[in-house]
Amino acid sequence: MERFPTEKILKKKPGWKEIPIGGIVTNAGSSLLKKTGSWRSFRPILDKAKCINCFTCYAYCPDNAIKVENGKVRIDYEYCKGCGICANMCPVKAIKMEEEKESEK
Amino acid sequence: MKALTGAYAIAEAMRQIEPDVVAAYPITPQTPIVEQFAKFVANGVVRTKMIRVESEHSAMSACIGACAAGARAMTATSSAGLALMWEMLGVASGLRLPIVMAVANRALSAPINIHCDHSDSMGARDHGWIQIYSENAQEAYDNFIMAVKIAEHRDVMLPVMVMQDGFITSHGVQNVTLLEDNIVGDFVGSYEPPYTLLDTKNPVTFGSIQLQDFYFETKRQQEHAMETAKSVIKEVADEFWHVSKRRYGYFERYKLEDAEAVIVTMSSTAGTTKAVIDRMRARGKKVGLLKIRVFRPFPYKEIAAALKDTSYIGVLDRSMSYGAYPPLYTEIRNALYSLTSRPKVQSYVFGLGGREITENEIENVFNELLEGELTESMKYIGCRGEE
Repeated sequence: MERFPTEKILKKKPGWKEIPIGGIVTNAGSSLLKKTGSWRSFRPILDKAKCINCFTCYAYCPDNAIKVENGKVRIDYEYCKGCGICANMCPVKAIKMEEEKESEK
Repeated sequence: MKALTGAYAIAEAMRQIEPDVVAAYPITPQTPIVEQFAKFVANGVVRTKMIRVESEHSAMSACIGACAAGARAMTATSSAGLALMWEMLGVASGLRLPIVMAVANRALSAPINIHCDHSDSMGARDHGWIQIYSENAQEAYDNFIMAVKIAEHRDVMLPVMVMQDGFITSHGVQNVTLLEDNIVGDFVGSYEPPYTLLDTKNPVTFGSIQLQDFYFETKRQQEHAMETAKSVIKEVADEFWHVSKRRYGYFERYKLEDAEAVIVTMSSTAGTTKAVIDRMRARGKKVGLLKIRVFRPFPYKEIAAALKDTSYIGVLDRSMSYGAYPPLYTEIRNALYSLTSRPKVQSYVFGLGGREITENEIENVFNELLEGELTESMKYIGCRGEE
């Protein structure tokens, strides 16, 4: 199976003879090359005092942007697209969505 | 030899190929293909996973998913069913998934009509699928088997649709010579996908986004695959000749060599045209036929070479491109442009919505051509009000 490292392809921008067929991404982990947090228009803010670390937000986040570190949740703003599912699902209302300010992106 | 309809001939081919997945939705006149194949599945004759979906959009989507997972996937459709697949047709070809689909050609609505014309598959001609048209049940069977090998060729990796005329071929009973099951099995071999979703040791992403920076190159690559398909279609036809002794080219020449007037057409009407040619040849008229088999990729150069010595050509299209010349005429006229001395070409539209075309009507076309009555406008065969 021929491999096309994504980092190289994005950098080199080769011609059509040197890219994988059908736009297939042959190397895993290419999301590390693209931060998608800048798409966000609403930012989830976690109130640590209210949080009971039930991991509901972690389970529901469609972008794996809620990380669990040392048994506690943390929001990864480099990948959070601001969909608000975490805030909606939180059983203790510990996450609220605030409008993103351009300067904070 | 077996007495089969065109639809059952395809079902027999599918049984012999035994794909991993068939996802389909019934639509006239395709239905007997999948109906018969579903019997093979229900009776345990094949181990194919049959997915009964809620629409043709879903049928093609299921085939795409299955094929991306590494399965050999097939379906069949007609008319509105093909139209409902529109979005997914481009996904299948764009992702380079070698899905094989049988199409029983049927008119598009409105007015609603269940009978044969080529509006459905002609409308899909720019969707990146290889298109092969069959004159009769035997050709539908043969083309369908060859389609698997063409689609899955490592340098092609494109979906293929194999057409036959709805009702005329799909429901008409003809003698069909089937190959032995093991011969078909050996001929198509097993599908070895270069990338699959289920290869967890080599994870890949299908269907990623490509914007201004990469989309164009991916599409250019798709065109290259079509160009490559041209030679692969020929190679596969040669291999098929070895197992079947039946010879296939991009098109068939019928008494073309010294013909002054030539009809270019496709599918079942080519059979009627041959009968007319025999009748007229017996009276010393120099008439011939060029029957298109492969419409995508279109064999421009080969057609120009085959038609260069003729004087008058009538192109018979069974579909229209409203506001423009019809599809086959457009391609033929384009192919002839490279010649220094170009034959004259007349466009004829016929058979929309299953309107019958008779031997006498085809003879009239030949007579018009032989008399040099060619125009730049389209003529309509058998349409009331044209007289």
